[in-house]
Amino acid sequence: MIEIRNITKSYDSTVVVDAVTLTLRRGGITSIIGPNGAGKSTLLSIIARLIPTDKGTVMVDGLDVARTAGEVLARRLSILRQDNHMTTRLTVRDLVAFGRYPYNKGRPTAQDQEHINKALAYLGLEDLGGRFLDELSGGQRQRAFVAMVLCQDTDYMLFDEPLNNLDIRHAVAMMKLLRDAARDFGKTVVVVLHDVNFASCYSDQIIVMRDGKLFLQGPPSEIIRPDTLQQTYGCPFEVHDLGGDRIAVYYA
Amino acid sequence: MKLFILALMVTLAAAIVSLFVGVSDVSLSALFSGEADEKMLMVFAVSRLPRTIALVLAGAGMAVAGTIMQMLARNRFAEPSTAGTVESASLGMLVVLLLAPDLPVMMKMLVASTFALAGTSLFLLILQRVPLRSPILVPLIGLMLGGVISACTTFFAYRFDLMQAMGAWTSGDFSTVLQGRYEVLWIAFVLTVASYVAADRFTVAGMGQDFATNLGLHYGRVLAFGLVVVSMVTASVVVTAGILPFIGLIVPNLVSIVMGDKLRHTLPWIALSGAALVLVCDIVGRTVNAPFEVPAGSVLGVIGSLFFLNMLLRRRLRAA
Ligand SMILES: Nc1ncnc2c1ncn2[C@@H]1O[C@H](COP(=O)(O)OP(=O)(O)OP(=O)(O)O)[C@@H](O)[C@H]1O
Ligand SMILES: [Mg+2]
Repeated sequence: MIEIRNITKSYDSTVVVDAVTLTLRRGGITSIIGPNGAGKSTLLSIIARLIPTDKGTVMVDGLDVARTAGEVLARRLSILRQDNHMTTRLTVRDLVAFGRYPYNKGRPTAQDQEHINKALAYLGLEDLGGRFLDELSGGQRQRAFVAMVLCQDTDYMLFDEPLNNLDIRHAVAMMKLLRDAARDFGKTVVVVLHDVNFASCYSDQIIVMRDGKLFLQGPPSEIIRPDTLQQTYGCPFEVHDLGGDRIAVYYA
Repeated sequence: MKLFILALMVTLAAAIVSLFVGVSDVSLSALFSGEADEKMLMVFAVSRLPRTIALVLAGAGMAVAGTIMQMLARNRFAEPSTAGTVESASLGMLVVLLLAPDLPVMMKMLVASTFALAGTSLFLLILQRVPLRSPILVPLIGLMLGGVISACTTFFAYRFDLMQAMGAWTSGDFSTVLQGRYEVLWIAFVLTVASYVAADRFTVAGMGQDFATNLGLHYGRVLAFGLVVVSMVTASVVVTAGILPFIGLIVPNLVSIVMGDKLRHTLPWIALSGAALVLVCDIVGRTVNAPFEVPAGSVLGVIGSLFFLNMLLRRRLRAA
């Protein structure tokens, strides 16, 4: 369980995350949606102790992330940020292998190799294992980063816009992968998404942020509605029931 | 592995050549057949052997220090001579010359290290504060910082009439390396080995603070350790031979292009290539204009600046 209590963060005098209190239970996929600048990434980074908070606490399974040793947390919680510039020239396989670093400190065991192979296979990267990251396309690189986080094999996995740069096929595959991770392996997955329909079809719970505040929280049936989406994004929405899923239409 | 052994042999060959090049005659056959007279043995033990060992240790150390600098600054152009490290160490050396010229070499090195540590930390602090739009800004900032520190050094050296002394030990000249004056370089050696032990940590740190934190690395500690290694290695080289510019730029970049940046893999190659390059530069410096010597640092300066220019131009081409 992740307990977020009264998290507040400001830059200069601008409050970007405003007294967010939220509990994420174990298991399932939670999507965070909201307009640009709503504070989604900042909140996710604070949960994963990448950014210090001004006020409030985040507890993961009872451990305060601001105080727990980094290496202990690294075996429970992992995060992939929205933009990842890597100047280090690593091969895809070496990058993914570093996902095991919290367990092996750089000395992979046979069991680690198995994790690495599985992660590469899950993301369809078997043929690219020997390639350097700077020789990949944007979407391939994104998949390599996700494979690394997957390889870290933590109970809690946070992804900030994991569908960045992915084509439709790979985006669907990615969401299915996350759903399987939650369903079959009991992982708790938190994703920031911009595509409300992916959020609608794949989430167990959706969190809506607006102006740094927690605006709404609930299952897709409660969130994916014309009025709530309109309030969130400030533009007109239609929502249709298609094969049991709620699909938002907003192109017109 | 086979390749590595081959490279090791080549470097060893260079080291052997380095042992037997010089003004006074020392030959291999004479040494082994026992025909060597006392003077020859003397020259060998007091001058030649220390010089070659110093070249190897300094070259390997500076190449590894450059690699660590690139990981910490997350920039391909960073190395001790483009990060203010070398200039700070020199300033420390000047301070020693002014205030306590009779300090043992070891203490001189420690003072120079402290200055180097402060200067390099200042460099990283500036990098954190300045929004960087281009990777080329990083060495520019380092060179400017180095320039300012260097100007201070020159000012005081001039005021206190130490310009000549300064010139003598900032030129990367190994001809003055003698027994009893190079032993601090063994500290550089120990640190080089320690860096290899911490290789994975440096690789993870090089992925950036966020990735490193996610993987449970204590980023601050690795940063601090890296800074200490870079500073002490640089200071021990500056104290014994002077400035060896660009070695930490050329070697890590070439190795990275061929093999990537997984340091557990590449550090041995980097250390070896650094040693080989400095050995060769020293041999060239000793032979081009014999019986006079061109300091290895000057030879490196020429090769290094060409390489640096080439790196900049290639970036431009790729960006265009
Ligand atoms: N380092 C920073 N310094 C100053 N302001 C910042 C900083 N990081 C974020 N902000 C501001 O905080 C606000 C929230 O940013 P955040 O990245 O959390 O938004 P987001 O919801 O993830 O948006 P997006 O959908 O565009 O990714 C934005 O207004 C942004 O300008
Ligand atoms: Mg964001």
